[in-house]
Amino acid sequence: MISRLGKLLPDKLARLAGLGVLAFIVMAAFAPLIAPQDPAATDLFRRLQPPAWLDEGDWAFPLGCDALGRDILSRIIFGARVSIFIGVVVVLLATVIGVMAGLAAGYLRGATDRLISGLVDVLLGFPYLIFAVGLMAMMGPGVLNMVLALAYKEWVVPCRLVRGETLAARETEYVEAARAMGASSLSIMVGEILPNILSPVIVVGTVRIAQVIILEASLSFLGLGVQPPTASWGSMVADGRAFILDAWWVSTFPGLAILLLVLCINVASQAVRDALDPRFHD
Amino acid sequence: MTALLEVENLVKHYEVGGGLLPRLLGHKQPRVQAVNGVSLAIRAGETLGLIGESGCGKSTLGRAILRLHEPDSGTIRFAGTDVVGLDAAAMKAMRRRMQIIFQNPYASLNPRKTVADILAAPLRLHGVAAGPALRERVMAMLAAVGLSAEHASRYPHQFSGGQRQRIGIARALILNPEFVVCDEPVSALDVSIQAQIIDLLARLKRDFGLTYLFISHDIAVIGYVSDHVAVMYLGQIVESGPARAVLRAPQHPYTRALMSAVPRIDRARQGEPQIRLHGDLPSPMNPPAGCRFHPRCAFATGICRATPPPLRQLDAMHSVVCHHFPEVMP
Repeated sequence: MISRLGKLLPDKLARLAGLGVLAFIVMAAFAPLIAPQDPAATDLFRRLQPPAWLDEGDWAFPLGCDALGRDILSRIIFGARVSIFIGVVVVLLATVIGVMAGLAAGYLRGATDRLISGLVDVLLGFPYLIFAVGLMAMMGPGVLNMVLALAYKEWVVPCRLVRGETLAARETEYVEAARAMGASSLSIMVGEILPNILSPVIVVGTVRIAQVIILEASLSFLGLGVQPPTASWGSMVADGRAFILDAWWVSTFPGLAILLLVLCINVASQAVRDALDPRFHD
Repeated sequence: MTALLEVENLVKHYEVGGGLLPRLLGHKQPRVQAVNGVSLAIRAGETLGLIGESGCGKSTLGRAILRLHEPDSGTIRFAGTDVVGLDAAAMKAMRRRMQIIFQNPYASLNPRKTVADILAAPLRLHGVAAGPALRERVMAMLAAVGLSAEHASRYPHQFSGGQRQRIGIARALILNPEFVVCDEPVSALDVSIQAQIIDLLARLKRDFGLTYLFISHDIAVIGYVSDHVAVMYLGQIVESGPARAVLRAPQHPYTRALMSAVPRIDRARQGEPQIRLHGDLPSPMNPPAGCRFHPRCAFATGICRATPPPLRQLDAMHSVVCHHFPEVMP
């Protein structure tokens, strides 16, 4: 009974989390239709208005208002766009670069490997956030610059993974068979090795999306990310910092949104891993 | 008849990591002497059986001949062409004529490709066929190795070991090669399947006019398939000659020990003493001086420890690398 529960529970949980991720994506996509208020509309009469269920609350502004009287729920809904966009775009960009670099380093070895692995080691030497802060300081704030600043270092993650998997795959007999056929290095990397190492890359990618969302929030919290009046969860948390004792809701709800989305992605990535593992098929 | 493949003095050593400190101190890197000065010749239409225990370098030799592992020195002449000197384009063309069948049918097929894709890849790569002609050729090859058209759209994990080996054979033969290295093609299979695959290889050899280098550690298999036999020990060939002569009347003490290790019902009746080899194969990183076999040889004397033995011809075909042959006869 307990063991059956233990088997079913992660599966159910993963599905629930998957639905949660889907809900966030739908929310971001249809933000203008869902949001009850204009996320940028200020109303100083509603300054720091508490959530609806507290005294002085108003159900038109369910989660209350921030210091400029903007609806927090609407800003969270619009903020999901920034978080999901940056998370997905950065990881996609990093995966494309990382897979190419990792395949080249792992299959070609020699000078190519030394160059790429050396670069990876140097990048790993920097703390992620400080590296991104430095780049943002040089390039200036903005969504595009934030994508670049995060992708500059994020590609290291898939690159190391792919290099290791490629090192193992290049010694297999099916790769040797392809070489015996006279296949070129490029066609072996893309045609023989890549399909076999893609599942761990996808699994790691889903987990990294959650990480990048946290980093985006951190950069926005530091004021280096998305610029006002565009809503971003990280900058919303930062905005509420000054009033945390008087108006806890300003920081708390966007913080909870970050927590919930990251949690859903992490749990759902387990389902992705199971789905890609051939042992769970036929 | 001239030889289709002639290998002379082939050498393949591998550097193994000796650590940073020895390297900084300028010490010589330890090297695995996998193949150390091997010469052999295979005539068109014949099968050379290459026999030896695990780790003696037989697979490395097979791969070095195909330049899957680049040889360090020596020459490989295939139908009069020096294979070692070929540039990339010429080598690619040469690969159509020389193929390999692998030992492990579970590792030699890409798990993400269907059988049709696996067999079509070499044809596409060399631009041999496309469209319906390509499909026709894939189906014909499947039939030739005893598989049916319905197998084409399946993935390797849906097949048994014997069927997978048939797919591996089909892949090696689809470009109509002249020469095939069979690298222990049946060692990973059940005994009942081994016979089927050996018969298949024999039939294909006849039908396609193939020449085999058949690598195995199984003396019974080698005796069944080979016209000539070469015995390999620690990176060197110690005895070679016609299969009958080498297997029936082995000369080199190592070959004798190998033959003596084959279980036979009638040994007691014939009163043959069994020769036992003591100790393990020495490390190919630091092979014994003189004759490489001397630490395990029952007949070893002072000269064996000091000087490498010469190649001696017993007759035109049969040669032995030993100091004491033919004087030593128990």
